[in-house]
Amino acid sequence: MADTPDTSAEPRTNARDNYLFDLAHNRQGQALNRLCGSLMRAENRERFKADEEAYCDAYGLSAAQKQAVLQRDWTGMLDLGGSIFYTFKLAMLDQKSMQYLGGVFTGMTTEEFAETMRSGGRRFG
Amino acid sequence: MTWGLATSHVPSIGAAMDHGKTGDPYWKPLFDGYAPARAWMAEHTPDVAVVIYNDHANALSTDLMPTFAVGTAESYDVADEGWGPRPVPRVVGAPHLSEHLVRELLDSSFDITTCSQLEVDHGLTVPLSVYCPNPGPAWPCAVVPVLVNVIQYPQPTAARCYEFGQAIGRAIGTFPGDDRVAVFGTGGMSHQLAGARAGLINEEFDRRFLAAIEDDPESLAALSREDYVREAGTEGIELIMWLVMRGAMSGNIARIHDTYHVPASNTAAALALFQDLGDTESAPA
Repeated sequence: MADTPDTSAEPRTNARDNYLFDLAHNRQGQALNRLCGSLMRAENRERFKADEEAYCDAYGLSAAQKQAVLQRDWTGMLDLGGSIFYTFKLAMLDQKSMQYLGGVFTGMTTEEFAETMRSGGRRFG
Repeated sequence: MTWGLATSHVPSIGAAMDHGKTGDPYWKPLFDGYAPARAWMAEHTPDVAVVIYNDHANALSTDLMPTFAVGTAESYDVADEGWGPRPVPRVVGAPHLSEHLVRELLDSSFDITTCSQLEVDHGLTVPLSVYCPNPGPAWPCAVVPVLVNVIQYPQPTAARCYEFGQAIGRAIGTFPGDDRVAVFGTGGMSHQLAGARAGLINEEFDRRFLAAIEDDPESLAALSREDYVREAGTEGIELIMWLVMRGAMSGNIARIHDTYHVPASNTAAALALFQDLGDTESAPA
């Protein structure tokens, strides 16, 4: 997996501001979050790594959710009902940190994002 | 009720301890900030800690999202959150206090979900490590886990959490026996993990909260959940769990120590320790 698997022309900073995980997102993301949640079991992590596509199918992901998972489209997963606390388990399986994800969400490299945090974080008016 | 501790529960704080990185330049300022509180707590060990926290997709799932829940088990295993369980002792419960809390809270019109089997995640174990960094084979106190939904919107209001804490405080006060009980409010401070605002730090709001939690918690209870999301971030709403802790304490408290640090991973991190003087005055000399 490349460190920045950005295959789209869209800048990743188009992410929504807050990503409130509400009941509508819970309904929308149920299969996706169940899949990610299952990765808390070591045997499931191995099954997922052995055949990601089959694993997505077994959890009943929509085509768009499946594509987002396979492509590690982290913003796309959130837009399709993912909760960050669930998708983070997939990131950890890839050995990607929350700071890596922070960079993805804000159009920065991991190091740029980490440096921004070390400098006191990001401010919004 | 002996003391109350408010502390962040960021997973990487636990990982820094588990991997011996607390002396690294990145982490040293945070852990140096903990030191005075840890020294004081080591001399004021409770028998039971009531830990107010939230599960992060480990024991609970989006299938079931209780607003307020109480662990009632004899013990709690440490969850594998996706990267292997933390190398810390399993958590011993205090089921008699759990039963008392459940009954008293229901009588106070808080409709409680009970968890008779619960794997505890970093939300609970990191605060225990903040309190006691080197527990050896067992934690120094029993634990009653109290869970609050802060993950799925809408969360309980800050005002309701403060009242919930007050009900917990009353229940602890009527628990038979002379167990020394501490209450932990966990999570919180600037916390925006996803989206365009990822990495939001609002130090001004954090410091205002850190100050007011001692002597003006009502002003914090009056804030809406939208206020918390706007000012502290989507996950910054975890601060409402500090209000549960504060509500459980008497009106007569003293600040022992506090510290604030940026960054811990993608967030701010803080600690605030309060002694409950109401309890001390009634204790034998």
